[in-house]
Amino acid sequence: MRFAVIVFPGTWSDKDCGDVLTNVFHQEVDYVWHKETDLSSYDCAILPGGFSYGDYLRAGAIARFSPVMEQVTQMANDGRLVIGICNGFQILCESGLLPGVLTRNAHLQYRCQWTQLRVENTRLPFTNNCEQDQILKIPISHGEGNYFAPPDILDRLNRNGQIAFRYSNASGNITDEDNPNGSLDNIAGIVNENGNVLGMMPHPERSCEANLGSIDGSFIFESMIDSYLAQQPAKLST
Amino acid sequence: MSIDQKTLDEIALTRAEYEVLVERLDREPNHLELGIVGLLWSEHCGYQHSKPLLRLFESDAPHVLIGAGKENAGAVDIGDNLAIVMKVESHNHPSAIEPYEGAATGVGGIVRDIFSMGARPIALLNSLFFGPLSDARNRYLYEGVVSGISGYGNCLGIPDVGGQITFADAYSRNPLVNAMCVGIAKHEDVILAQTGESGNVLLLVGADTGRDGIHGATFASVELDTESEERRPAVQVGNPFLEKLLLEACLEAAQTGALVGMQDLGAGGLTSSAIECASNDGTGIDLDVALVPRREDGMTPYEVMLSESQERMLMIVAPENVDKIQSIFDRWDLHSVAIGHVTDDGMARIREKGEIVAEMPVRIITDPPLYRLAGVEDTKMEAIRSSTIDDLDNDPTEKTLLKILNSSNIGDRQSVYQQYDHQVMNNTVVAPGADAAVLRIQGTTKGIALKTDTNGRYCWSNPFIGGAIAVAETARNLICMGARPLALTNCLNFANPEKLEIYYQLEQCILGMQQASNSLSVPVISGNVSLYNESEDGPILPTPLVGMVGLIDNIDKHCTPAFKNAGDLVYVVGSQKLEQDETTLGASEYLSVMQHETKGTPSIDLDLESLIQDFVLKTIDKQLIQSAHDVSDGGIAVAIAESCIWGEIGLSGDTHALNGSKDASLFGEAQSRIVLSVTPENSDQFESLAKEGNIPFFKLGTVQGTNLDLPGIVNLTVDEMTLAWKNALAESVEKR
Repeated sequence: MRFAVIVFPGTWSDKDCGDVLTNVFHQEVDYVWHKETDLSSYDCAILPGGFSYGDYLRAGAIARFSPVMEQVTQMANDGRLVIGICNGFQILCESGLLPGVLTRNAHLQYRCQWTQLRVENTRLPFTNNCEQDQILKIPISHGEGNYFAPPDILDRLNRNGQIAFRYSNASGNITDEDNPNGSLDNIAGIVNENGNVLGMMPHPERSCEANLGSIDGSFIFESMIDSYLAQQPAKLST
Repeated sequence: MSIDQKTLDEIALTRAEYEVLVERLDREPNHLELGIVGLLWSEHCGYQHSKPLLRLFESDAPHVLIGAGKENAGAVDIGDNLAIVMKVESHNHPSAIEPYEGAATGVGGIVRDIFSMGARPIALLNSLFFGPLSDARNRYLYEGVVSGISGYGNCLGIPDVGGQITFADAYSRNPLVNAMCVGIAKHEDVILAQTGESGNVLLLVGADTGRDGIHGATFASVELDTESEERRPAVQVGNPFLEKLLLEACLEAAQTGALVGMQDLGAGGLTSSAIECASNDGTGIDLDVALVPRREDGMTPYEVMLSESQERMLMIVAPENVDKIQSIFDRWDLHSVAIGHVTDDGMARIREKGEIVAEMPVRIITDPPLYRLAGVEDTKMEAIRSSTIDDLDNDPTEKTLLKILNSSNIGDRQSVYQQYDHQVMNNTVVAPGADAAVLRIQGTTKGIALKTDTNGRYCWSNPFIGGAIAVAETARNLICMGARPLALTNCLNFANPEKLEIYYQLEQCILGMQQASNSLSVPVISGNVSLYNESEDGPILPTPLVGMVGLIDNIDKHCTPAFKNAGDLVYVVGSQKLEQDETTLGASEYLSVMQHETKGTPSIDLDLESLIQDFVLKTIDKQLIQSAHDVSDGGIAVAIAESCIWGEIGLSGDTHALNGSKDASLFGEAQSRIVLSVTPENSDQFESLAKEGNIPFFKLGTVQGTNLDLPGIVNLTVDEMTLAWKNALAESVEKR
């Protein structure tokens, strides 16, 4: 599977994502500068974490105008996989590929900490290796991760199974104490209507190696890789 | 002589120094020349009072690649053709005036010091010292500094893996904000601050130059006073996004092999950057301020040369490589402008539109008058050291321990560390909060442990011993993680050294640090000095911060301080019994919390220290140790309480008959002690190794249950200790 890790000025999780995909999952990875305009050879685009354009104005608000975003939109429309992590999630919301908005954490502080995510929908290409209601231990690191959407959109997200992850406690209960940023209904990650574009605030690439504290992020990357392979029977048989 | 006092005060030059300059130049300097010299001869750039003392530090060892005083940062070899580059620097005065920007630009400056050497920054640490949080001004400074570090550091994508936060009255209004940065580079990629030969081009890259930060280095070299608030314009404003771009572009440029030298523009701006490079190579520079990209119109040569605008770097490039380097900066949408060239005539020549506006020999202006004073100890100190400690409180021990766990200096710092991204770069194996942070080195089996530490109370009470303990304890912290200390950097925070009792503290601390660094074979590879930390309320505590890096050959063998499994046996090495006499409470956290005073003196036996450190490192390497935790502030009671809290498990102690003071035994701060836990299967081997090595030790108890229970001495649940410890910082704000 070929991954494009998109690098905006100010991105910093690019190498973490690339290293994990290369060293842990043995996939093909290219770092793609935001001025590039051809993503036709990639099966998945990753928009990594960081502070694109310094998060000036509003997180993700400037990056959405980068030349590469036209092709990212094309990939989303083609049904190829797009995953935005942290700042990448913010960019996907700003560019309209995902509904809703990420505002400043309710307590107004940056937070870097471990969180527990309850998997809400296991039929997605990002989660289909997970059990329903499985708890994933994956860390967050952001100042603007407070997800908000108006009632009609929230309702649609719920009905369509577009909510991928919610912050929970170890037993899978959704509580205010386990909500690290004030997100509406503890939402940590959502997909688009087609289910091929995921945005999530937590960093799965930081939890794929045991000596870093968790390997639960692997479920997400392995789901993506397996989903891709499952759709490629023709290629595999030739 | 016509020079007026106001002009001299503005640049903090004494009249005698001015006269030295006139004599050396054989003429009076013009206004720009005087500004340049004032800057280079400030304590901040010229180390006038500290240089003769800093020469006492040993910096040579086979694994030292770049030692102290030679470059922006020191470097050590960790094998695999890799070098660790590190330095710590202060941003105290700016943070006292404008805490957010002061702390933020402190991070920016130290990070530039590291990548200016061609090294990729991989970790930040911060040691912060404030007055009590019960005071509104201190709270403002504390919150501003923490959010400044968070705001700038997080944007760069460099993990902030901890450090130290200390509260004491003496830091009220004069907080200390010390930042350490650690970088990694292949040996051949390390770049020095040098000019190479005549004709090489000076390329100024990064941010435009504005009027911010003029006289910043000078400001750092005087005491804070009522007019300090008016110096707010001397505090620079940071742009971390620009720094991130500069970092990536500079490292990309470094990889080309086309850079002759690189030097960041920090304190002293373009003046010290360009002139120091020339000084290192015995060359000259010829630059034109009209070519410097500006943020504001109408800037004079004086303002351009003295500006401390952030996020700028000077590169020295051979003429044929200029295009290659400029194309890299173009891609990152950053300026890169040729502003001059290297000469062979040894002159610092500054032009404006071709016309010479300043011209002085580099040699003369980079050789400031140095002062070696005869320090004299404050006469009251001897009595403070020898005063007896016997009027201990009669509170139940449980109450005392909870009070200490709940004190601002002992309690949990998670509320601060969680505002820093400590995980980015995917190397953080042990996060902030333990004895030291541990990072893996990708592509190898190795890891490094990092720590910054010092104890101002110890240094105030007994500067020589305090200096020695700062080094010994930092090393002990690394040992507890299974790391062999490789090298140290320091940041010497003191008050006004022109006062002889302050100079005495500085000198004695350095001598103590030097002795411990020799005894423990940890060379000093870089350092920074921050003097004049003094407000109308008085001087700060002498605070010689030590930052240290240690190497773990096999990252899988690293150790942590949390108790692990029920049934593990708990030992204390470095002492034969739990009982300690009252003198061990000298200058302790206990006296500070319970009696609000500092008396008595700390002490240390460096031979014992070395013996204990070697032994613990060896047993961790043999994988005999389940947990290791240094006994420091708050004594053995706090050490075992923390291991219980982190391990979420209790400790059931053996019976230890105490004939003397219970409080001294529990809270005394006798040095060179480490609490270890060992599985029952390994305990025989552990004990026989200890006996073989003549290591003083005793068995304290067994890891088990829900309580910290030392029979007849103290009994508390881990839950109540955890609660007291976790709420300490929040509650210290409420204790108004």
